[in-house]
Amino acid sequence: MNTELLIPLLAAAVVSGTPILYATLGEIITEKSGVLNLGVEGAMMMGCFTAFITAKLTGQPWLAFFAAGLAGLLTASLHGVICLVFQGNQVVSGLALTIFGAGLANYLGTPYIGLAAPGFSPVPIPGLAHIPVLGPILFNHDPLVYLSYLAPFAVGIFFRHSRFGLSLRSVGEFPAAALAAGLNATAYRWAGILAGGFFMGLGGAYLSLAYTHLWTNNLTAGRGWIAVALVIFAFWRPGRAVFGAYLFGGIMALQLRLQAGGTSLPSSLLLMLPYALTVAVLLFSCWRQGTRAPANLGVNIEPSS
Amino acid sequence: MAFFELRLAKRQEPSPLWRSALVFTGAVIVALGLSMLLLTVRDIAPLHGLQVLIMGAFGSGWALQDCLLKAIPLFLCSLGVAIAFRLRIWNIGAEGQFSLGAIGATWMALSFGGAPKLLLLPLMIVAACVSGGLWAMIPALFRQWLGANEIIVTLMLNYIGILLLDFLVYGVWRDSSGFPMTAAFSDNAIIGPIGTSSVHWGITHCLVLGLACWIFFRSTRLGYEIKACGDNVQTARYAGMPYSFLVVLVMVLSGTLAGWAGFLEVSATVHRLQPSIMVGYGFTAIVVAWLARLNPAGIALTSFLLAGLRAGVENLQLDLQIPAAFGSIMEGLILMTVLAGGFFLSYRIVLKRRA
Repeated sequence: MNTELLIPLLAAAVVSGTPILYATLGEIITEKSGVLNLGVEGAMMMGCFTAFITAKLTGQPWLAFFAAGLAGLLTASLHGVICLVFQGNQVVSGLALTIFGAGLANYLGTPYIGLAAPGFSPVPIPGLAHIPVLGPILFNHDPLVYLSYLAPFAVGIFFRHSRFGLSLRSVGEFPAAALAAGLNATAYRWAGILAGGFFMGLGGAYLSLAYTHLWTNNLTAGRGWIAVALVIFAFWRPGRAVFGAYLFGGIMALQLRLQAGGTSLPSSLLLMLPYALTVAVLLFSCWRQGTRAPANLGVNIEPSS
Repeated sequence: MAFFELRLAKRQEPSPLWRSALVFTGAVIVALGLSMLLLTVRDIAPLHGLQVLIMGAFGSGWALQDCLLKAIPLFLCSLGVAIAFRLRIWNIGAEGQFSLGAIGATWMALSFGGAPKLLLLPLMIVAACVSGGLWAMIPALFRQWLGANEIIVTLMLNYIGILLLDFLVYGVWRDSSGFPMTAAFSDNAIIGPIGTSSVHWGITHCLVLGLACWIFFRSTRLGYEIKACGDNVQTARYAGMPYSFLVVLVMVLSGTLAGWAGFLEVSATVHRLQPSIMVGYGFTAIVVAWLARLNPAGIALTSFLLAGLRAGVENLQLDLQIPAAFGSIMEGLILMTVLAGGFFLSYRIVLKRRA
């Protein structure tokens, strides 16, 4: 493949990887606090729709982006209510959240199927955009992509160097010790769930505001689940999440290109690619055995009586 | 009030049936209420919506038959995932296993359409069970060999299984009419209706398989081992139980039942393979299994209720133009409220006088 084909493909990989990156970061934040939230798809869908409808009604893309984060946060808060307050099973609650969130977004969005909303368009960064090769791949995108470059650093610094981030991790590893050290373990888990949900909502927002610019049913198409798998691939590290997200972005972009290019391969086989890759990536990371999951992931903290 | 405070206390013994039933009913009522309120978004009075929902589900003989018809695949898929859940293996892949079962059965029906019924139907069942079972075995092997999370693998295999069905009916199996569907099955590949009703004889398969499942867990060694490992893996392993083998076994059984459901869907309901058979029974089955607390009789009852919900939502679609997604909202909400309600089964709230 020559560079004239490769550079646009890599640029497209960054764009299609961005929503997955936001969602993966969200799930990393949540899982670090010891809570497994399988409702990523639901929170993304709610973010996706909220962003669309806010942009459509107000014409303010940035407001829409922020509103989507809030929608993701609110959706994820249901997970908090069920698991932290009512001690429900985290796996089942996450599944319920996915079923509910996707259902609600599709339900509310039905009248708007096929309609467009204002969103973001590419803004080349002066100077950087003209660097050969890297410029068109990385610096000729919409502002939400640039923001996503900063997000992994912010999350990484938060977990490594801030007191709050370290405490949140300790709650995910060993809540009893965190409790003994005087931390309110449940409060940190709430923080993990809500902040994570905010990021998942932002990931959904990217789809309707920058990727498609219009609304259809099931816009996320399994990206939330890919994010759950990528957390394992990333060994719970924000930096590796970037790599994983762009890998998936790449395969999605390639699949679209092959479809548009009119190959002899049937589209149903091409559509399988990201899902098959998810399994492959998961097997690879299990084989590699990097950092392990937070020790207390998925286990509820029983209320003391 | 200032002299009292609320405290939580863990219940020492399992809750009696009446309390479970009370909490379950309460939770379902809350979920129904919340979802009916959502109808106001589309300018529909909640009570009117509820009436249309209930009439569509249980309001006529025809509706009840439709419920039974929908309950059959739900029951089988749910029975399957419940077997895996017993061992705390999260099989989220019933949808894909259902698809593979339908594909396997179709393969036989198209290849040996001229074979006598007594030969062809068992052949279709075997093919469906083997395809569904093997499809479910993949995540089990990955889990035991490499420790790959079965939730994600089963889920991804759903997408792949559904796309495989699309690939076949848009490709090699496409009917001469040009629509994305296979040719109609020959009469020998079809399980017929009971009398003049719309319910087919496949319902007897459900009875037999449900009973077999119940006996399996009640009086066989393997069934006991699955339950024991599900309750506590460490202890059970220490007692010499073959955990890895059991994981593969429950997944294969799980996939077999979902595959069987796929067989019934093509052989008894649709009479051909087409993409529209994938309506999410495999996902609803997870809701059913969890609501029924994995108990076969409970699964039968809950399948019927959730089949009713589906039929009711279809009626809402027809009468009031409510989008189909409304059904997912209701399923999600019911699962959430029942899950939260479980809290009151394991904890009680006591009022204590402050010292």
